[in-house]
Amino acid sequence: MSRLLIRHARVVDPSQRLDEGRDILIEDGVIARIAERIDGKGAEVLDAAGLVAAPGFIDVHVHLREPGFEYKETVATGSAAAVAGGFTAVCCMANTDPVNDNAAVTEFIRTRAAEAGLARVYPIGAVSKGLDGEEMAEIGEMVRAGAVAVSDDGRPVKNAQLMRRALEYTRLFDIPVIDHCEDHDLVAKGVMHEGPVSTRLGLRGISAASEDVMVARDLILAELTGGRLHVAHASTLGAISRVRNGKARGIAVTCEVTPHHLALTDQAVADTEYDTNTKMNPPLRSDEHAAALLDGVLDGTVDCLATDHAPHHADEKALEFDQAPFGVIGLETALPVTYDLLVRGKKMPLSRFVALWSTNPARIMRLPGGTLKVGSPADLTLFDPEARRTVDPDTFRSASRNTPFAGRKLRGWPFMTIVGGKVAFRRERR
Amino acid sequence: MTVKAASHLRGKDLVGIDQLSPEEIQLLLDTAEQMQEIAKRPIKKVPALRGKTVVNLFMEPSTRTRFSFEVAEKRLSADSLNFSSSGTSVEKGETLLDTARNLEAMQPDFIVIRHRYAGAPHQLARALKSSVVNAGDGAHEHPTQALLDALTIRQKRGTLAGQVVAIAGDLAYSRVVRSNVILLSRMGATVRVAGPPSLVPPGIEALGCEVHYRLEDAIAGADVVMMLRIQLERQGKMNFPTVREYYDFFGLTPERVKLAKKDALVMHPGPMNRGVEIDSRVADGPQSVILEQVTNGVAVRMAVLYLLAGGHGEPVAD
Amino acid sequence: MKRVQVLDARGIARALERMAAEILEKVGDESLLYLVGVQTRGVPLARRLARLIAAKTGCEPTVGALDITLYRDDVGPWRAAHQQPLLRDTALPVKVDGRTVCLVDDVLYTGRTVRAALDTLMDYGRPQAIRLAVLVDRGHRELPIAADFVGRAVPTAASEDVQVRLKESDGEEGVWLAREEARG
Repeated sequence: MSRLLIRHARVVDPSQRLDEGRDILIEDGVIARIAERIDGKGAEVLDAAGLVAAPGFIDVHVHLREPGFEYKETVATGSAAAVAGGFTAVCCMANTDPVNDNAAVTEFIRTRAAEAGLARVYPIGAVSKGLDGEEMAEIGEMVRAGAVAVSDDGRPVKNAQLMRRALEYTRLFDIPVIDHCEDHDLVAKGVMHEGPVSTRLGLRGISAASEDVMVARDLILAELTGGRLHVAHASTLGAISRVRNGKARGIAVTCEVTPHHLALTDQAVADTEYDTNTKMNPPLRSDEHAAALLDGVLDGTVDCLATDHAPHHADEKALEFDQAPFGVIGLETALPVTYDLLVRGKKMPLSRFVALWSTNPARIMRLPGGTLKVGSPADLTLFDPEARRTVDPDTFRSASRNTPFAGRKLRGWPFMTIVGGKVAFRRERR
Repeated sequence: MTVKAASHLRGKDLVGIDQLSPEEIQLLLDTAEQMQEIAKRPIKKVPALRGKTVVNLFMEPSTRTRFSFEVAEKRLSADSLNFSSSGTSVEKGETLLDTARNLEAMQPDFIVIRHRYAGAPHQLARALKSSVVNAGDGAHEHPTQALLDALTIRQKRGTLAGQVVAIAGDLAYSRVVRSNVILLSRMGATVRVAGPPSLVPPGIEALGCEVHYRLEDAIAGADVVMMLRIQLERQGKMNFPTVREYYDFFGLTPERVKLAKKDALVMHPGPMNRGVEIDSRVADGPQSVILEQVTNGVAVRMAVLYLLAGGHGEPVAD
Repeated sequence: MKRVQVLDARGIARALERMAAEILEKVGDESLLYLVGVQTRGVPLARRLARLIAAKTGCEPTVGALDITLYRDDVGPWRAAHQQPLLRDTALPVKVDGRTVCLVDDVLYTGRTVRAALDTLMDYGRPQAIRLAVLVDRGHRELPIAADFVGRAVPTAASEDVQVRLKESDGEEGVWLAREEARG
């Protein structure tokens, strides 16, 4: 029997309303006991004084790029980045090549993740075959193979009828349909948020309305069907207020917000003079939208945080702003970026913070983690709320470096990530 | 408002008017005014940039701007290398950074760049030691055009401060409008812009202008009327119905010119779509300074190159 | 900074008076004379010489102004970062071809300014002859150049600075020799 004892941690577990100094005993990959003082006889002992121990953080929105784009990221490098960023589990989107629109690809990803043996990887299947937005993919087969949700992310589900049917059909499996809410006609050739900054920079704008229109449509369809709608990377005031209203009407809707949409605005594109690491979709929005996202996070409209980790090769990003691909990586900066902003900046209670990254995503995706109750899988994230470090892309485990946060000094870095009772990542403490 | 000229430009590059202070703009205009004298000499050439290499990197078709830069370079005795390609780095299978590094390997002192996409000059300027001069980037800026327009206005009207300048046309896709609004408002002019509401980008007033939808409202009592080229090639088919209807509402006709001040200047950055945004009777009329704009373009570009050539090394005592 | 006066207003006036006479004597046909001041202080000096000559001949010679900035040999990376000398007016009201041009400057030092002025002038045409008049010759030539008319030769050390002040440009009148005080 393998025994691991974590000593002197501040244990924060919203699932059992716990926020106290505790020891945690792990036996055979499962939480065995949490108490003020546990005798460590026969156990490997880890001193966690000064660290917060939380149920493992879960990122419900990442792109691992395998199969098909292994030069950007693989399941192995992506899971290494996940555990280095404090994530014990990630849900990966289906826009690979081939697309994850059938059980074979779902199984392939699960196999690759098992080989890597780091983070838990939960594939998200495609809504439509080939992400073409026309024919429904074999959702049931993929769920059987381990898919936890469906999404055409990277693209919206453009066809309203398909969206309606997907919301209906997925009720059979109790999984959410995750929509990348964007009206392509309104986006046209936009590359950044439409507003005074895009006008000044001469870049084509992506209006907030292009997102709001789709969120509104999806809410109407979710209400019609009773299906579970999850709004990916909500970035606008309109999206947040519509989700808020939808929840009030009892619609089964949840939503996520990314660290970069909370921490940055479209001004970053101007300040960095067209740095393509400020280009993502949805784009960095203006102050009023970022403020609305923050309000949504603070008042509970936003259910969880998610990175939309989107690796791209440096050569792809070294193009003109118009030509560079959308997307930034986030796994290895998400925790300190959001800790600094929400807990240090907005005085959010730690238990709320942990809920946003662990308890709530586990609930939305019906995953086994998100709690440290005795008998749960021993997935833990240990981070140091005081440790201050500078974001240095050269130290990333991800195969890509496309972060907008390079050079930022942040607090709240993960120091240990435990998956199934095994230490998957450990950072030296100074 | 009188602006004292700066003693020098702060940056190594000229990527946009937005980066310039009023004092720097004044220095550029003053220097350009001196440069005009060279065109009147029997030998229209000075040795100031002898031994300097300028790469004219034109990644988008352009005739007049490229010629204007070439004339400026030759008048200053610089060596010009021309590189024209309508392709983007993607189409060539090369990143912008690779293009930049390849150019740098030839050790040019200046890179004059015209590019289809906004921000390309900024990205090059970051990566290169050479001075980068923006000759127009996407729908962003065209700083030397704004400078030559300002020089033309200043010479004809004596000053920029207090002038009422109406700029009309395709506000969404025009780089000329952005550079001009920023420059003119920074120098104390009142700028009015007009265009079809479907071609007015959000927040354009933040650049320093009043927005009008009706051309007549913008022109009324103006000192200067500047018409922009309707970029037919950049338009989708959804922004306004037809060229014919555009001319009906936004074409500068002799009748509309009468709404401006009696001696108002008529300007156009060229190339003109005659019969679309401007009537030939106006373009060739007595108030038109369109050809003077072209002449002034050379002097302005000489001034830019001369002032940027001030060396980027360690400061040396005089 | 220690300043020693070399010429006062009267001294400058006397020097110019003498130079005007020498110029007339040397040029011969005064109708060909074209006084061209080098920007900036050469310009008022050229005007004064023209008036002095007019007083003698009853006919004021043509006066022009020449900016040599674009012909300097020290523009570019030798100068402070991003600092370029400001351009000033060049105004040659009539052609220089066939004329006897007398360049006028305040101080002759290394000779580099004169070299630039000669090149500038040549781009405007083909004078019959070019002469050089300076108010002060302070020595230390770096080029084979000599003045035809000198107001005052002032032996100097390289560390010293010759300051010419004219009432047209500076509000005071005189020539001073300035040197840094010895330290310590």
